[in-house]
Amino acid sequence: MKLSDLTHRAGEWLRGVGPMHDVVISSRVRYARNLAGMPFLSRCTGEQLRELETRLRDTVLDSRLADEMLYVDVAAAGKLDRELVVERHLISRQHADGRHPRGVAISGSETMAVMVNEEDHLRIQVLRSGLQLSEAFEDLSRIDQLLEERVSFAFHDRYGYLTACPTNVGTGLRVSVMLHLPALKLTGQIEKAFRAAKELHLAIRGLYGEGTEATGDFFQVSNQTTLGKSEPQILEEFSTEMVPNFIDYERKARHALLNRQARALEDRVYRAHAALRSARLISSEETMYMLSLVRLGASLGLIKDIDVHTLNELFLQTQPAHLQRLLNREMDGQERSAARSDFIRRRLSQN
Amino acid sequence: MSDLYHEGMKLKCDKCGKSATIHLTEIVGGQKIEKHLCEDCASAEGITVKSNVPISQLLEDFILQTSPSHSPEQAAQHAVPSDLKCDVCGMDFNEFRSKGLLGCPHDYEAFDRGLLPLLERAHEGATQHIGKVPHSAGDSQKKQNALLRLRAELKSAVSLEDYERAASLRDQIKELEKS
Ligand SMILES: [Zn+2]
Ligand SMILES: [Zn+2]
Repeated sequence: MKLSDLTHRAGEWLRGVGPMHDVVISSRVRYARNLAGMPFLSRCTGEQLRELETRLRDTVLDSRLADEMLYVDVAAAGKLDRELVVERHLISRQHADGRHPRGVAISGSETMAVMVNEEDHLRIQVLRSGLQLSEAFEDLSRIDQLLEERVSFAFHDRYGYLTACPTNVGTGLRVSVMLHLPALKLTGQIEKAFRAAKELHLAIRGLYGEGTEATGDFFQVSNQTTLGKSEPQILEEFSTEMVPNFIDYERKARHALLNRQARALEDRVYRAHAALRSARLISSEETMYMLSLVRLGASLGLIKDIDVHTLNELFLQTQPAHLQRLLNREMDGQERSAARSDFIRRRLSQN
Repeated sequence: MSDLYHEGMKLKCDKCGKSATIHLTEIVGGQKIEKHLCEDCASAEGITVKSNVPISQLLEDFILQTSPSHSPEQAAQHAVPSDLKCDVCGMDFNEFRSKGLLGCPHDYEAFDRGLLPLLERAHEGATQHIGKVPHSAGDSQKKQNALLRLRAELKSAVSLEDYERAASLRDQIKELEKS
């Protein structure tokens, strides 16, 4: 398995076929873990950082966590490769931009990505498409178990698994979903939904960073509390009490739009569709925005000739690093806008 | 052994013998294969390209499950005695407040007084773990702390260029890790 093998297909998490995929793009669970008897990364010497990276790389690869695995030495990887794994959501921006010895182990299906030397020594992540948190959690537990057979993690009787940041301490478990909420956004109810979520101790982040408006309406919602609850309890509260509310609000808002403002909704959706089919220059921001509307249209049956799978793939493949890799050349912003529009038109005409 | 990979920065490219800058470990059919390539050969294999790509600001947030409430202001809201200091890693509570990240596992005990109110705020009032306990919990706090201390001593021995002492500390660490 090579990193370049990934470029041509969407990762498992983006496949778009999971339960509730009209609203829930993907589910993610992760454990933060640190080796016992080692300082956290901020206090490690260069030698200790190298020791950690080597040891954890070997541990992860020797544990046979998946049939097929690729380890990317992020510190040695070229910039485009680092961007590629960021765009695929397998490593964080912070991890891509670091300067110390670090890496990531990725399973062939891309449902698992273990970051070495990120904020904690290990960040074990499992992804699934749609709403499949318990399946993802089962896999995470299996992986954690396998790793624990080989290394001991920093653990405290009172505080649980010890993490570099105290907001992760205890279970070290972060559970999250990526949601597509275009109707809540269009109907101006998104702020209200977010306020409600904050009351429920959830964290919400826009997919494209704070303060960007025309983004495509994707949001990541995750639990904040990691201490004082068991792992199954965190999972249960999140997936049976919180996520269904979001799905419900969004679906209601979609149907309200369809029932009360059908003409305006159709106008937006079909214009977006036309823009994607006609543009000769398109930025990735505009692409996101248009794809989001088309995805909304597809989920309501307004658009019948493009499936969610194709849309999800387009979200990924129109990102800068993917585009350059797919077309096998380096391009500046202007060249990418042209190439992106050509790529989208070609892809949509295949349907 | 641990430095091999990184001394590996000086390894030669598997294909052409120039100095390799790309190091990959792949598992194919259960076999671990290491590859060392120069940028050109890697590029030819489709592994990497020299480039200077503007960073995409898109899609980045989802990756990192960074802690939602990292901000040290949270900690700063609370007046905390500034005398809290970890004797293992040397971090003091003020440094933690400004960085938002702890220096070593022992800080949870060393900063106990300062951390508790912060933990309560961050975790709906909870200060006691009730989740999973690893098998290695048999590794007592004592042992974990002893390891931390040995490593801190090693760090200072190395910086003082006391290699004899460093070697003996490394042995002690290995010994203790095995026990
Ligand atoms: Zn070469
Ligand atoms: Zn410390």
